[in-house]
Amino acid sequence: MAPIRMRGDGKKARDPKGTLLRLTKYLKSYLPALCFVLGCILIGSIAQTVGNRSLGRLVDDYILPMVGGAEKDYAGLARYLFLIGGIFAAGILSAFLQNYVMAGVGQGAQKKIRDELFTKMQRLPIRYFDSNTAGDIMSHYTNDVDTLRQLIGQALPQCASSVITLAVVFVSLLTTSWMLTVVLLVSSVAVVVTTKILAGKSRGFFVAQQRSLGAVNGYIEEMVSGQKVVKIFNHEEACKKEFDGLNDTLRDVAYAAGKYSSILFPINANLGYIQYAILAIVGGAINIFLGSQVLTLGRLMAFMLLSRSFNMPISQISNQINAIVMALAGAERIFDLMDEQPEEDEGYVSLVNARIGADGTIAESTERSGQWAWKHPHTADGSVTYEALRGHIEMEHVTFGYVPEKTVLHDVTLYAEPGQKIAFVGATGAGKTTITNLINRFYDIEDGKIRYDGINIRKIGKSDLRRSLGMVLQETNLFTGTVMENIRYGRLDASDEDCIRAARLANAHDFITRLPQGYDTVLTGNGASLSQGQRQLIAIARAAVADPPVMILDEATSSIDTHTEALVQAGMDALMKGRTVFVIAHRLSTVRNSDCIMVLDHGRIIERGSHTDLLAQKGTYYRLYTGAFELE
Amino acid sequence: MVKRLSRCIREYKTAALLAPLFMIGEVAMQVLIPLIMANLYDYGIALQNMEVVVTRSLLLCGCAAASLAFGALSATCSAKAGTGFARNLRHDMYYHVQDFSFSNIDKFSAASIVTRLTADVSSLQNAFQMMIRMAIRCPVMLTLALLSALSISPKLSLVYLVTIPILAAVLLGLMPVVFKIFDRVFKTYDRLNTVVQENVHGVRVVKSFVREDYEVRKFSDISGTVYKDFVKAERILAVNDPTMRFCVYVCMIVLSWVGAHMVVASGNNPELGLTTGQLSSMFTYTTQILTSLMMVSMVIVTLTMTRAPMRRCSEILAEEPDLVSPEHAVTEVPDGSVDFENVSFRYSAEAQQDALKNVTLHIPSGATVGILGATGSSKSTMVQLIPRLYDVTEGSLKVGGIDVRDYDLAVLRDSVSMVLQKNLLFSGTVSDNLRWGDPDATDEELRKACRLAQADEFILAHAEGYDRKIEQGGTNVSGGQKQRLCIARALLKKPKILILDDSTSAVDTRTDALIRKAFREEIPDTTKLIIAQRVSSIMDADMILVMENGELKSVGTHEELLETSPIYRDIYRAQEKERDA
Repeated sequence: MAPIRMRGDGKKARDPKGTLLRLTKYLKSYLPALCFVLGCILIGSIAQTVGNRSLGRLVDDYILPMVGGAEKDYAGLARYLFLIGGIFAAGILSAFLQNYVMAGVGQGAQKKIRDELFTKMQRLPIRYFDSNTAGDIMSHYTNDVDTLRQLIGQALPQCASSVITLAVVFVSLLTTSWMLTVVLLVSSVAVVVTTKILAGKSRGFFVAQQRSLGAVNGYIEEMVSGQKVVKIFNHEEACKKEFDGLNDTLRDVAYAAGKYSSILFPINANLGYIQYAILAIVGGAINIFLGSQVLTLGRLMAFMLLSRSFNMPISQISNQINAIVMALAGAERIFDLMDEQPEEDEGYVSLVNARIGADGTIAESTERSGQWAWKHPHTADGSVTYEALRGHIEMEHVTFGYVPEKTVLHDVTLYAEPGQKIAFVGATGAGKTTITNLINRFYDIEDGKIRYDGINIRKIGKSDLRRSLGMVLQETNLFTGTVMENIRYGRLDASDEDCIRAARLANAHDFITRLPQGYDTVLTGNGASLSQGQRQLIAIARAAVADPPVMILDEATSSIDTHTEALVQAGMDALMKGRTVFVIAHRLSTVRNSDCIMVLDHGRIIERGSHTDLLAQKGTYYRLYTGAFELE
Repeated sequence: MVKRLSRCIREYKTAALLAPLFMIGEVAMQVLIPLIMANLYDYGIALQNMEVVVTRSLLLCGCAAASLAFGALSATCSAKAGTGFARNLRHDMYYHVQDFSFSNIDKFSAASIVTRLTADVSSLQNAFQMMIRMAIRCPVMLTLALLSALSISPKLSLVYLVTIPILAAVLLGLMPVVFKIFDRVFKTYDRLNTVVQENVHGVRVVKSFVREDYEVRKFSDISGTVYKDFVKAERILAVNDPTMRFCVYVCMIVLSWVGAHMVVASGNNPELGLTTGQLSSMFTYTTQILTSLMMVSMVIVTLTMTRAPMRRCSEILAEEPDLVSPEHAVTEVPDGSVDFENVSFRYSAEAQQDALKNVTLHIPSGATVGILGATGSSKSTMVQLIPRLYDVTEGSLKVGGIDVRDYDLAVLRDSVSMVLQKNLLFSGTVSDNLRWGDPDATDEELRKACRLAQADEFILAHAEGYDRKIEQGGTNVSGGQKQRLCIARALLKKPKILILDDSTSAVDTRTDALIRKAFREEIPDTTKLIIAQRVSSIMDADMILVMENGELKSVGTHEELLETSPIYRDIYRAQEKERDA
């Protein structure tokens, strides 16, 4: 597992208010629960405050009078304590209910956000994945959702609880002694401002620390991943020296940052005690000079106890606000992803199972029939027509660029009759992969037309179009799960027998049965336990079980051993039989067997024809062929 | 484990000891404050003596200031000790990893070593800082506050005898239950991230098979499990706070009832017994005691969670490098001859079978040797023994007539240059990368090596030439270019033996031929071992080795092998047919 990249540390949200507002939408359905929680918090802090104040009543109303010689009213005291006990019980119960209910709310909202994020991501066009690195996208799920978890699960409820406690305590303080409250307020402002200034100073160190930590971790990641190369080149000493430099810098900046951040807590807490001393002297003076009626001993004691719970929520709020602002930046990045334009799909022609009669009439079928038809609804008269799927593809004057400024394909025109094999050859960047990406509409063309059985592919629903096209990509991606599940990915309702048949066709059956658990062997990490060639064989089997009428194949260039390569090739050949195939070819045998070869150069088809035709032309193809392919 | 890790404290021992000491000072002051306050109430306010109020308040201020100073010092010391400890730990681990042999690295895997050196060290640093602060603070606070309470009234303190065990039992009792759930949640969490990762990387597969909805369902199932487990764990933890409150409230009511009786009995006279001021400080001690207890449980949780990273870091430090230079090592390699004498090899003692079986072979200095065989036939294994990346299990392997185990490792590896199959470039310029081969190489020497490796031309084709930045892993050059740069880097060592492990697979055949031609003409005295998939890459070698299942099946020239080796003949025919048809 690579260490998670830190992103956007210390960055603030562009629009904190808007983001917060949007976040509350996810909490909307929990509104009754949230109100309930707020109620619980209120009761909880009232109980807490009553508890602290009870000391004052105890002293003023019961102890001192009794000490002063009044009648010993223990029954009254008992009644009073029972009353307090009742309030305490309510406080305990609401503390429990608050946490219990909030767990469901916080986690529920997160699940909602996480699920929506993933669902939205699935709808995004390939273009999005081109322009954002996998690491960046991943960090939305790890870092950003995590900060959100902190926000919803901790920061927001704590903030709410602090605000409520603060209000309750404040009212209580004010009614106990307004004079002392004024003193408390003034000194609290001083405490808060002091800590605020210190915290502000530490921020610069904190950012420097994160940067330095990133440098050290990045160095470790790069060098240890290449440790074998380091050893071969006797480069250990040089690495140690470089590492020491980075590591020592990290220690220094981390110390500076750590000093500030860990000093904050004792400073804040102990300034509180100084404040306490000031209150004691002022309180004492009021009691002695203005008379104990103005401030009784009991009320002074209660005030002193209460004052300790006044500063806490203040510093908590100021801490949480910082965390909230940071988390909002994370939330904003999540919302940015959600706001990305999803893939456009204006297609209305769909792909259906069909039974085609001897006379050519087409009837829609509810089950898999092995025959397919395009279903064409006509909005004008509400009628529906069917057209058999044959696998005829044509491109007409197609022009395309990934970015508007840079055209990658220029005026490409080509066609494939049903069952034909079309090969693309050419250097890296000539546009081979681009052409295949246009057929299945990973990207939409700027100019020209692509027709599938005579239908403009824009009119075909994207999922219907893609279901009719099989793809085997150069980079094999397998999913965590058994071999069987990976093959079944091609067609979810395929039986085990179907999958095994496909594996046989792809030449994968033999090696699969030799795996420890055969088809039930669990693959993880993109099939890390398999060789490159074996992964490709599974990918071919996966495409075979889908059994689409048109295939797009991107042959692998990487070197696999001769035996497996022969298997892969035979598997690909079997897959191509009887289908329209577009193949990005790297193997001479594949190219030679093609019905038509397109030689691409800088986005243009510069030569086309059969192998023999092209050799006879003695052009680029001839040179490519005789100089062998640059396998890149 | 703890001992091995604590060795990393070293020069920060003073700071690590001072941090808790200062912390004790801070706590002592904070426990003293309620006592002074009681005094202020009883002798100042109750007796209406402003002088006492003022002196006690000043005393309070003094305590608070002392507490602040102690606290700040403790924080500074702990930051110093924590960051220093992390620095030393990282340093020790990284240095130790530099001594690892290939089999040490294989045992952990590079990725796992990276995690241990980064994420695990960070969590150990946090844990260490917590150890020398909170792990001291809370028990000390608990003890001192309890002692102060006892000094005021042993009778009233009896209430803690009941509430402390209740709170401790609930906190500690829940811990294992919650741990188990969290453990599970984190695993599910990993699965969730795996799904996302696979979808991001495999987005083209998902889209081309139209599996978006299927993936969303898969994801939602797992995020549902995460939700359920998290809610469960949090709901169990929801008991903590109310239990804490329960204990505090019980104390308050009992203190009020019993305390009232005691104060009335003493007539609120400090000489005769309990006073109102002392009663009020009992309220404060209650909070201090029970909060400390709560914090202790949090410390325990954090430290328990650190057990895994502790184990992982200590494993690295404990690992014995299994290849070291011998004493009185040979410091010069006489020539580039290689002798395998009945060599067998297995990767680990637990391995089922030999990866290499009974290989005997003499390669004269300056020879060009081609090695052919299917995946898993141990071609790479065999050549990795030559620079002593692994030790032979049986037999003897000699370079220049001397057993490789007698050489100084650095000397041997300087003479045997190897281009690994899975090769890597590092971030830095092209020159930086090439100079790994020879730090002192002149620009002219760099260019010469690159010309040999057919890399000079494409390097100069780029505007920045040799100063062009290479990105981590060499992702901004093509596969073939990367391979050629790696060859040039290996050539710069001016080795006596050069080993190419399938290092021209992405290079086109013409360039491949040019590289071989340059080798023949420019470095005729270097022994060259070339592993290849293409017969054409090794056809003209002085000797060709055919490997199968860890055995050396045949040795000979191209012509000889066509006669004698059916395996060789098959491979050759298959590739020829491909070419000629």
